Formats: sequence, C-alpha cells, structure tokens
Amino acid sequence: MPEAKKTTQEVMVGENFTLNFGPQHPAAHGVLRLVLEMEGETITRADPHIGLLHRGTEKLLENRTYIQGLPYFDRLDYVSMMCQEHVWCLAIEKLLGVEVPRRAQYIRVMYSEITRLMNHLLWFGTHALDVGAMSAFLYAFKHRETLMDFYEEVSGARMHANYFRPGGVNRDLPEGLTEKISAFMKEFPGFIDEFETLLTENRIWKQRTVDIGTLTPEEAVEMGCTGPMLRGSGLSWDLRKAQPYEVYDELEFDVPVGTKGDSYSRYLVRIEEMRQSVSLVEQCIEKLPEGPVKAQNFKVSPPKRDDMKSSMEAMIHHFKYFTEGFHVPAGEVYAAVEAPKGEMGVYLVSKGGPKPYRVKIRVPGFAHLQGLDSMVRGHMVADVVTIIGTQDIVFGEIDR
Amino acid sequence: MELPFIELLTWDNIWALVIIVLKVMAITLPLFGCVAYLTLAERKVIGYMQLRIGPNQVGPKGLGQPLADVVKMMFKEFIIPSDASKVPFIIAPMMVLIPALMAWAVIPFDEGAVLADINLGVLYLLAVSSLGVYGVLIAGWASNSKYPFLGAVRSGAQMVSYEVSMGLTIMTVILLAGSMNLSEIVEAQRGMWYMIPLFPMFIVFIISILAETNRAPFDLPEGEAELVAGFHSEYAGMGFALFFLGEYANMILMSAITAIIFMGGWLPPVSTPLLNAVPGFFWFSLKVAFILFVFLWARATLPRFRYDQLMRLGWKIFLPFTLLWLVVVASSMHIFGLVN
Repeated sequence: MPEAKKTTQEVMVGENFTLNFGPQHPAAHGVLRLVLEMEGETITRADPHIGLLHRGTEKLLENRTYIQGLPYFDRLDYVSMMCQEHVWCLAIEKLLGVEVPRRAQYIRVMYSEITRLMNHLLWFGTHALDVGAMSAFLYAFKHRETLMDFYEEVSGARMHANYFRPGGVNRDLPEGLTEKISAFMKEFPGFIDEFETLLTENRIWKQRTVDIGTLTPEEAVEMGCTGPMLRGSGLSWDLRKAQPYEVYDELEFDVPVGTKGDSYSRYLVRIEEMRQSVSLVEQCIEKLPEGPVKAQNFKVSPPKRDDMKSSMEAMIHHFKYFTEGFHVPAGEVYAAVEAPKGEMGVYLVSKGGPKPYRVKIRVPGFAHLQGLDSMVRGHMVADVVTIIGTQDIVFGEIDR
Repeated sequence: MELPFIELLTWDNIWALVIIVLKVMAITLPLFGCVAYLTLAERKVIGYMQLRIGPNQVGPKGLGQPLADVVKMMFKEFIIPSDASKVPFIIAPMMVLIPALMAWAVIPFDEGAVLADINLGVLYLLAVSSLGVYGVLIAGWASNSKYPFLGAVRSGAQMVSYEVSMGLTIMTVILLAGSMNLSEIVEAQRGMWYMIPLFPMFIVFIISILAETNRAPFDLPEGEAELVAGFHSEYAGMGFALFFLGEYANMILMSAITAIIFMGGWLPPVSTPLLNAVPGFFWFSLKVAFILFVFLWARATLPRFRYDQLMRLGWKIFLPFTLLWLVVVASSMHIFGLVN
C-alpha cells in the first residue's frame, strides 16, 4: 500500500526541521549540498555533502605526463587558476632541481597576484550578493573582466590559462602588456575604495557579518584553516612570508591580520589583501628583469623554434618534450603556495619516468568546509549564506 | 412571483453601474500598464546603477520588454506541485493581487478625481492593504514545501510587525489633518506638506513601506540567497506573474499613499499661479515616481536584513519611537491650541 502523503502540518511542525540546502540553490556556490537541521530558523546541525563535482583529478594525473597534467590544475579552484598551476610547477621543479629564470619568477609572482585579485573580486561580489547587496557583485565583476583580459593576453584563454610551465612560463609577455597592467593597477585602489563605500561602514552589512561565523585562533588551527580564514582569526601565517618561494622575499608587502575571527574581520583582511596584491604587481613590473622566461635546460622545456630549423638536437628535444614528456627523477616532494584561499599544496611521488606515480592535492577549501558545521551552529539560515560566502568555497577544488 | 430587487433594475441604476465599472476600468487598466513599465523602469534604473544598460533589445530602447514578458508568462505552464493543496494554491496569487487593486478605490489622483470619496479612507486603506499577507501565507502553506513555508512564516511576521508602526505613523498625520478622508488630508497640506513637520515619521513610513511590500532591504520572504524564491518558489507561469503584479501594484499603491499623506498629493510644491496651472495629476505622478525611485535605489544599494534584526527594528525601535512621537505631536497640538 502506498504511503499516505504527508500534509504540510506533518512535514513542517515537529521536533526538528530538516532543510535540504542545495545542490541547486542560488547561494550554494556551485554544488554544495548542506543538510540543515533547524529549530525554527536556528541551525542545530549542518551536514555538508561533497562529491558532486568529483572528477578524479588525482587519479587522472597518474595517467598523464607532467605537462598534460597542468591544465587539470586550472580546473580545481576555477577562480584562481594560475596559483594552482604554480604549485604543480613548483613541485615538479623541486624534484627536477631546475632553476627558474628570474624573469619567469617575476612574471609568475605578478600573475599569482593578479589571480589573487581575480579571486578576491569574485569572493567580494558573491559574498555581497549572498548578503543581498546586488550592485557590489556587478562592480566587482566589471573589473574582474579587465584582469581576465590580462590572462588572455599572455595565454589566449580568459580563465583556464595553462600558462605556467615547469621551469618557467609558456611564453614571454606581449609587448605593451606591462604598461596596460600598471595603468590598471594605478586605478584599482580607487575601485577598492568604491567597493568599500558600499559595504565597509554599512550598518546592515555590519549587522550581517560582525560576530557571524566566529573562529577562535585555536579552532582555526585545529580545523586546518589557512589563508584569510586563519588570518582573520588573528594568526599571521602566510606562506609568502613564512617560507618564501619565487621572489616574494625580494618584494615588500604586509600580511593583513584580523582581530575577531568573524566574517567581518575576514572581509577586512581580504580587502586589504587586494591592496597588497596591487602593490606587489606594481613592484613586479618595476623590477621585471630581462632574460629568458623558461629554463634553458631543454630536457625539461621546449627549445626555440628557430633552433629547431638548424639544430638536430633541438629537434629531438622538441619531439621528446611533446610526445613522451620529460622524465622526473624518483622521489617524493611537497610543494605549497599561498593561493588566494589558503595553502594550496601538492604532494608528488615520482618513480622516475614521464608520469607521476601518485599525486595528492591539498586544497584549502576542504579544510574550511569541515569547519562549516561548528561555524553555523546556533546561527540562522541567513547566516549560513554569509558563512558560505566568507569561507570563499569553490567546489572545483574541494571535490577535485 | 415578483423579486423585490427587480425594481432596482431601472435605467438610472444600470447607467450608474456602467459608469462605475468604466471608472474602475479607467483606474485598473492604466495601473496594469504602470506595473508593467515599473518592472522595466526597475531593470533600467538598477541597470544603470550597476554599470550596465538593462533590457534594450525588444522594441525601441527596450520599451517592448514588459509586453514580451507578459506574453511569455501567459504561455508558460502553470505547474501545480503534486503535493500542493490545489485550491488554496490557485487562489493565493489572486489574494495578493486583488487587495492591491481594491485599495485604489479611495486614492485621490487630483482634486475630486477619486472613485470613492469615503470619510474613512485611511482606515479602508489599512484594512485592505493588510489583506495581502493572507495570500502570501496561503501560498507558502499550500505549496507544501519547505522553502515557501519558511518564506511565508517570515512574511507573515514581517508584514504584521511593520503594519503597527505604519498605523501609528498615519495616526500622527490624522491628528494634524483632523480627518480620515484622503482628499481632506491633502487639502490640509496646502500650507505645508506634512513631511516637513513630521520628517522623522516620514522616514519611518518610507522604511515601513519597504518592509510592508517585501522589498529590499527587507525582502526576506523571497530572499533569493537564502530561501530561493521564498513563498513563491513553487509557482510558475501566470501564478508567479500574479505575485509579481501584486508586489509591484503594492509598491505603486504605497508610493501613492506616501505622496498623499506626507507630500501633499496633487498639490504643487509651492503655490504660485504658474505651478497651480499644471494639472494636479502631474504633481501626484511625479511624487509617486519619486518614491518608487527610492524603492529601486534601496534595492540596488543595500544588503538584506536578517530575520531577527528586522523584527528587532520593527518592535524595539520603530514601535516605541512612533508611539513617543504620536504623544509628542498630540501634546504639542494641545499646548499650541491647534486642535480643530
């Protein structure tokens, strides 16, 4: 006998009210599925379900050469693309022991910071949109488009750039690009001020974010939070300062730190990070040295086209590089970068040969998501949305 | 057997009925046009505020957009979820739209241009405009789904809370005007618009009508980021369109009420022969348009309140404040001997 349909009364009125938040929800940021247990509008438990965007990136990487694996990193956290290519390249370079030319290092740092701006603009826009401030979203996205133009100029793609390479970057900056970037970076602090006039001192914005989703420094560490999530709680931990990679130790920048560990602190931290990134990009352009943009060891980077016409060896290098791929010596290595969302790391095991034996990707969002339950308990439905926003969750990286 | 009311079927009465029906049509049809173009205005105004241009493809400058939307809505399927309570589900959208139209009966557009010039106009308005909440509640309940349910609960609480401060605000106006007839309230403002002596009340009223019509920053019942589409999550096609029409008709209605009780209705800003020569309807429309712009402006600018914050604002700040101000107005009128 079919079960009798439940009436509204039976479904709605009871001890616990369970709400299925997502995966198709306007504020779920992709495919987050949350099962919320509530009393009235107060959350008693939040159970995040993951896996809806699982593509098996780590397994796929085992069957690809190192170069072929690179584009998969664009597609992890699909709003901070180059930072993730960066960590993959760093891991490979560590195993190879290749020296990256100075110019390439500066270009990489510059594009990492441009990526940070892109990520924070997207975070700013969607966070504000979730809390109800519509216009901030469009303001942020307008400027994000310009940054995407810079992506396009170097790589031909606006999002999934596939620009960094083990041993450098794919190609040199096109002529006139640095002028365009520095012109934009001159104006950008003004745009940030504009964003801030919309929200920073807005009473409603403060009511919605202050003391919402508070993480104490201890909790943040226990949860494995990194990036702005950790710094919002007052801990100054930034891989760019703590274990500088590339040329970060030659550049001047501050690491903004929050005080209260609530959503508002994290908001302020990220806004300040944008200003710091602008200054980093400007410094990179200023100090940008001349020289090659990829390692001159042609076992691990493609030779010049010109040389291929005359040199047999270059021809062979080219053929080997693009068919078999380069061989990486056996070993295990962990490399990490300060991605816009936190510590992004790759644990790479090689047994020699052109393909990795095993890759484990450490993403910041996964650690943050596990903190969601403790962050939302006792808050209301509307705060769940704020907290998802402040965590800056992207499911591409969590599900991998 | 003779039916007693047959005697009422005289030509005079029929003629009067026809006239009334025509008058009703003359109000509601342009109103629907206004609602349609208000949606376009909203998209355009918010578009320009957000560095984009809004709809511009249908017809010249996008002016055909509302018509295209209407046609689209009409031909969409009206989906009734299998778990929904069918009759209430169908009735609910009408219950939102109809009160929003009924209230227009007492709105004076110009001197003497009013369908029903009744003495208790203000009371009628309050009574009718608070009926709309039933449609919202029924919609949420009948959908038999969780998001609409939460939306309906929020909406019920919100509309009731803000009606209180709205009522008290209007009381101060009634005290000053000494009448509940809307036309007389307007006439009483010949010397000075009530928004000047009652400026704090004017602000409270503007905020209350934002909450009353479920508009940003108080759009919790349909707070997209939280409750998907709130009480009308399960509605499609014409059912959704009716909620939409109801919401916008309510916005225009509330703007008209604000214009009448605080901004001198059809009266020009200053009484000079030149400005007096302009038809009153023009001034009235201008004021309504201004308040509507405030609606859109708020939506483009402000983040959304949280449910408990909204309640706190309504009950702990507005209610005591308006009550206090009511006492202040009443006692100062007594002291200065303004009682008429």
